Amino acid sequence: MDYSEIMVRYGELSTKGKNKKTFIRQLGDNVARALHQFPDVEVKARFDRLHVSLNGTDSAPVIDRLKQVFGIENFSPVMKVEKNIEAIKAEAVSLVQDRFQPGDTFKADTRRQDKDFPLDTYKVNDEVGGAILANVAGSSVKMKQPTITVRIDIRMDGAYLSVDNIPGAGGLPVGTGGHGVMMLSGGIDSPVASYYGLRRGVKLDMVHFFSPPYTSQQALAKAKQLTSVLAKYSGGINFIQVPFTHIQEEIKERVPEGYLMTIQRRMMLRLTAAIAEQRDALGIFNGEALGQVASQTLESMAAINDVTTLPILRPLVSLDKTEIIKVAENIGTYDLSILPYEDCCTIFTPPAPKTRPRIDKSRKYEALIDVDGLMAEAMANVTVTHIKPDENFLNQDEDIFAELL
Amino acid sequence: MIYFDNSATTMADPAVVDTYDKVSAAVWGNPSSLHNFGEQAFNLLEQSRKQIADLLGVNLSEILFTSGGTEGDNWVVKGTAIAKRQFGNHLITTAVEHPAVHNSMEQLKQLGFEVTYLPVDDEGRISANDLRNAIRPTTILVSTMAVNNEIGAIQPLDDIAAVMRDFPKVHWHIDAVQGIGKGLHDHLFNDRVDFMTFSGHKFHAPRGIGFIYKRQGRTLAPLLTGGGQERNLRSGTENVPAIAAMAKALRLILTDEKAKVEKQQAIRMAIYNHIKEFPKVTIFSRDDPVFAPHILCFAISGVRGETIVHAFEDHGIYMSTTSACSSKKGVESSTLKAMNVDTGIANSAVRVSLDEHNTLAEAEKFNQVFDELYQEFDKLD
Repeated sequence: MDYSEIMVRYGELSTKGKNKKTFIRQLGDNVARALHQFPDVEVKARFDRLHVSLNGTDSAPVIDRLKQVFGIENFSPVMKVEKNIEAIKAEAVSLVQDRFQPGDTFKADTRRQDKDFPLDTYKVNDEVGGAILANVAGSSVKMKQPTITVRIDIRMDGAYLSVDNIPGAGGLPVGTGGHGVMMLSGGIDSPVASYYGLRRGVKLDMVHFFSPPYTSQQALAKAKQLTSVLAKYSGGINFIQVPFTHIQEEIKERVPEGYLMTIQRRMMLRLTAAIAEQRDALGIFNGEALGQVASQTLESMAAINDVTTLPILRPLVSLDKTEIIKVAENIGTYDLSILPYEDCCTIFTPPAPKTRPRIDKSRKYEALIDVDGLMAEAMANVTVTHIKPDENFLNQDEDIFAELL
Repeated sequence: MIYFDNSATTMADPAVVDTYDKVSAAVWGNPSSLHNFGEQAFNLLEQSRKQIADLLGVNLSEILFTSGGTEGDNWVVKGTAIAKRQFGNHLITTAVEHPAVHNSMEQLKQLGFEVTYLPVDDEGRISANDLRNAIRPTTILVSTMAVNNEIGAIQPLDDIAAVMRDFPKVHWHIDAVQGIGKGLHDHLFNDRVDFMTFSGHKFHAPRGIGFIYKRQGRTLAPLLTGGGQERNLRSGTENVPAIAAMAKALRLILTDEKAKVEKQQAIRMAIYNHIKEFPKVTIFSRDDPVFAPHILCFAISGVRGETIVHAFEDHGIYMSTTSACSSKKGVESSTLKAMNVDTGIANSAVRVSLDEHNTLAEAEKFNQVFDELYQEFDKLD
């Protein structure tokens, strides 16, 4: 089908009162950015709906992109036809015929902006319904919950018909929920937590700790690749890599084994908080789920959380691992997450970490290392990369291979 | 040489062989190795998989590499029997399948599974109604070919899909080995099919490589267990050079597919329209879109298929007595037998099978040789 435009309906933001204007503007920008690869597409964010004019662009890839933009409740590909009843009837019949399965029911639902159109909405519904009944064998009308709803919008510049209602990603437009930083490891959980953070409209920067030579370049590339996948949902993400080798070595040397993990996490959080403050971010997101591993008991969280007063948001806090995996598969991060590269959370793991560390002991053992000096050293060596959707970090030879294939 | 035996195998495309050679020489690491040389091979493997998935419009994880069509057919049939044993022991297939499916079914029969072979009509096609009636509560798999390798009949895939939609728990396998690049994409990749088998050397890739399509979420037991390659479903170090070559071959065969299909159809019809005038000729492939564009099966009564093949060979024209697999064993065509074709005439059957490199000039040459040979054969009477 050669659709002429896609009509996008807003989600929750229609209830946001005075902020609605900001939300719509942000969503318009986000949609335009998501569709930047289609030069002929035009995006117009209006008060009631957002219109994506295709101007001849194939609708299928545009639809795939739109499904990933947060703040969209649902959308419909629309056919524009001449504003006369015969053209409207013919298009309605062809749209229904195209998807009709035995047993389907339908209704016509007309809205009329152009009050000068000779037929009123009842009359249009009547005419279109009659045409469908006459031309689509086996069709029947049902007013409540039909399987096919033919929407007809009679506007000043033409009549717009649609039948499909494609669910959007929901949530809020990224950028309307403030700015946070995300602790991204490269495992299964943190990308899913990032997804949920973005979904509530928060603009996230990724903080990734790496410990060469204990962690490989591949592990770093994998974290960047995950960021690139997540960037599809937000347009682009800053990736902040923090060197962690020296800190880990110091902790390993000086801190009792049972507290290795707790002190490492405290240092990570402290660094993340420092980065957040530097970048005017207001909260820290991570992928912790309560009780999943030793560092994720309530006692552990309390002992680690002790180092900052910034809010720590844990979107996965009460999800089961199987639920997290399901989301990871749906958002396209799972296959990357399971690539077998060591990250800095898995090296230097003591055989029996304390599952119930105490805050006072954590503070005491942490005094054994030079916290301020190590912090300053790590902060001085932080690097920031802006990562765009579809960038390739894992396969450096992609272009060479593409020639071969 | 005029090569009219493309359903037996196709010539490996030189550009594809070039990819095979380059990858063999330069990217020979084991994709499972941790170091970056292995990593490079892994990346090429996955990039090839992605290219195939994108070309076919499916998900990356739905493409699994095999050694070819025979392995794919064996895997889906037996792997389903193993994986779904607890849900039932009944499998359905057609009377005209390739031996890779047929003999897998026979082997399962010996293990206590029940198999229904659906009969075909005089065009070699099953009826959707027969299929519907054959499905039992214990049915776990329906396996149908897309294009018959002997006469080119296309099974009524859309009608089969309609039946299968009413039995969402029964898995459906399409043996699509003869169906790739023949304009059948929308019929093959329908919303209902669970598994499909493909073979590289039928579309100008090297021997010994193929793949199956496995719909996301469908269970299939591995037949080759070991190091856990291919998502733990098909162990064995991946044949990266052949996989990369196949990805390229698929891209090439699907480029301008429509024009290629029309060309083959025109060549096929040029021969069809010529030989149909001869009284002793029986043509099993029809002039109808339910037959594939590249296969023409016919018989000259009173002359053995083998004799016809060798007589054409003397004029530099290569074809087969029905399927290449059975031609050396001297067994009669199973498809023609299932169509209730008289044994005498079935033994006279030969198959012309085309690809996009064949030309109308070759068809004309074939027709000339045909006239000549027909006269000689006529004298035999």
